Amino acid sequence: MAGYLDTLVFGIYPYVALAVLVVGSVVRYDREPYTWRSGSSQLLRRRQLIAGSVLFHAGVLVVFVGHLVGLLTPIGIFEALGVTHGFKQLMAIVVGGMAGAVALVGATMLAHRRFFDARVRAQSSFSDNLVIAILWVQLALGLLTIPVSLGHLDGAEMVRLMAWAQGIFTFDPDAASYVAGAHPIFKLHLFLGLTIFVIFPFTRLVHMLSVPIRYLWRPGYQVVRSRPAPRSRAGRGSSPAR
Amino acid sequence: MKIRAQIGKVLNLDKCIGCHTCSVTCKNVWTNREGMEYAWFNNVETKPGTGYPDDWEDQERWNGGWKRTRSGKIKPKMGGKLAVLAKLFGNPDLPQIDDYYEPFTFDYEHLQRAPESGASPTARPRSLLTGERMEKIEGGPNWEEILGGEFSKRSRDTNFDGLQREIYGEFKNTFMMYLPRLCEHCLNPSCAAACPSGAIYKREEDGIVLIDQEKCRGWRMCVSGCPYKKIYFNWSSGKSEKCTFCYPRIESGQPTVCSETCVGRIRYLGVILYDADRIETAASVEDVTRLYHEQLDVFLDPTNPAVIEQARRDGIPDAWIEAAARSPVYRLAMDWRVAFPLHPEFRTLPMVWYVPPLSPLQSAAEAGMIEMDGAVPDVRSLRIPVRYLANLLTAGEEEPVVRALERMLAMRAYMRSKTVEEAADEEIARRVGLTGPQIEDMYRLMALARYEDRFVIPTTHRETAEDAYDLQGSCGFSFGNEGSGGSSRPNLFGSPRRRSVTVRTPTEFIR
Repeated sequence: MAGYLDTLVFGIYPYVALAVLVVGSVVRYDREPYTWRSGSSQLLRRRQLIAGSVLFHAGVLVVFVGHLVGLLTPIGIFEALGVTHGFKQLMAIVVGGMAGAVALVGATMLAHRRFFDARVRAQSSFSDNLVIAILWVQLALGLLTIPVSLGHLDGAEMVRLMAWAQGIFTFDPDAASYVAGAHPIFKLHLFLGLTIFVIFPFTRLVHMLSVPIRYLWRPGYQVVRSRPAPRSRAGRGSSPAR
Repeated sequence: MKIRAQIGKVLNLDKCIGCHTCSVTCKNVWTNREGMEYAWFNNVETKPGTGYPDDWEDQERWNGGWKRTRSGKIKPKMGGKLAVLAKLFGNPDLPQIDDYYEPFTFDYEHLQRAPESGASPTARPRSLLTGERMEKIEGGPNWEEILGGEFSKRSRDTNFDGLQREIYGEFKNTFMMYLPRLCEHCLNPSCAAACPSGAIYKREEDGIVLIDQEKCRGWRMCVSGCPYKKIYFNWSSGKSEKCTFCYPRIESGQPTVCSETCVGRIRYLGVILYDADRIETAASVEDVTRLYHEQLDVFLDPTNPAVIEQARRDGIPDAWIEAAARSPVYRLAMDWRVAFPLHPEFRTLPMVWYVPPLSPLQSAAEAGMIEMDGAVPDVRSLRIPVRYLANLLTAGEEEPVVRALERMLAMRAYMRSKTVEEAADEEIARRVGLTGPQIEDMYRLMALARYEDRFVIPTTHRETAEDAYDLQGSCGFSFGNEGSGGSSRPNLFGSPRRRSVTVRTPTEFIR
């Protein structure tokens, strides 16, 4: 039974989640561009937003990049660079732990504001509430893995997690078995992470895909839109009434 | 030289009676929806005052508009591109909705449903944000109407700079004027510059500045970028919105709703040809008092054959060039120099200009002793200090404002001499650097202000740019997915609840 659940959650669910993430985002971008937004509530209440949001985003960005690089870089590359598994795990614990703590403080401020400020609460949709709640829990779970990790600093568990993540992307049929023996906290963290992928296209989280870095190399400051050059101008249109 | 055309606007403040018809008709057409209750694309302020939103003119507080760097370039006052991106997570320059006002409605239903009671029932205010009862309404789009509120607060008005503001708190020295405000559709829009998504753009063919609602991601930098605070964040849809200059009307040759419904007939719309290549130079001039003059230099004379030829080469339709030659905006701003940009020191090169208001003489008791310059009283004895108007319209330079006021007074004196004494006094016109026929033209445009003189708007040449067959069967103006809101509300992607997105047919309506 446990094997069945492991296969379902860590072998099949990842593909479902990734498919929903990709297809859902593309469909939304194409069909409902008007709904694609960051969903800021700063106008309604400035209090707690600036500090909370900056802390949360800064922390989460570090955590996100850490996970992306840490999980998906082939282990051979780390070995070629001379990074031992134990050292990599320690880096993940220290950097991830600090960034995660910062993000959790920010998320706590944002969650408090979202649930206890009358204005923000009144104007929050179900998905707004869900997103902040699920992110808060996920951050907390991530931090709770640290004591577990400290129990075995050889990096072996981390390598198994990497093998799982890379196995998903290389269609390894045995991917689920790599994490079958992981600590329940890790399993819960993975499951919730995949669930975030599932809700992604239906929530404000899509604003991640619109990070406006293109602004930095947009030529100049002004944006002018012109219509295509008219085919013939003479004698077209009407003049204003005299 | 790269010539572009823009529909510009002039508001003759001398004739504004502060009736708010422009604001109300605009609101009914454009912002009467959830999320935009607090937003007024057009509002009328009583000056002196801090306005709406609070203190909007104070860029030390809001960091709107442009600033000139030491190297002589300009960049948004809120910061360069990196600085703007750094504010994405939390924007310290963004007003909170209370700086505008908390939108509210009244418990009208209570008037009908209240049980019998000793006192007559009242309709108390209720917040549209929380639905809770509000004990006190603390702001509105025109909170300082006719000098409402304490002078100590109103005197924070930055246009008092260089004046002894305390003096104007005394009853005998008090003065007021109305200032209707809308988006300036600037030549050098700082909102567009601050938009990280590139959703705000200026239309090449008519200069209207718009926000692409499908590209806007709600980063809210434009709200800070605009020094006039004329971009509003829709807290329901999470997107910014702004005055559209009623572009569907302009495209079909009609005036904007605010202009059409203006009771005092103070608004003028007309084509201005300008040199797009000169914008940056003009906006980066060092001395702020030069900005007004630089902007005049950006405008081009539509009767100059060289300009006409280049305009044709740059793709401006003949009807537009012809309309530019009859533009009331050009005449007021360029020919007679009686219209001025609002706060040129923001370096945005605004395109909604203002004719400064005349005002009663400072003291009727001194009427006999007032300095008279021929038949015209000295403008410095008018109740509204020239310096105040100059701070508002010419970055503090008094001379152009003085000349405009003198010309307007001269127009009155000239027409009086003509109609009452039946002998036009050409000397009056000559003194202010005009001729009799010019004054009569001014009188025709500014005093009679006939509809067809006020609005000279050529239609847009859509037919050359779009295939009408592609448009058949589609909604004209809708958000997102061509008016299809799906069947659930809110829909799968969290689209805001819309009261009605589809047109109901008569049969559906009856059912």
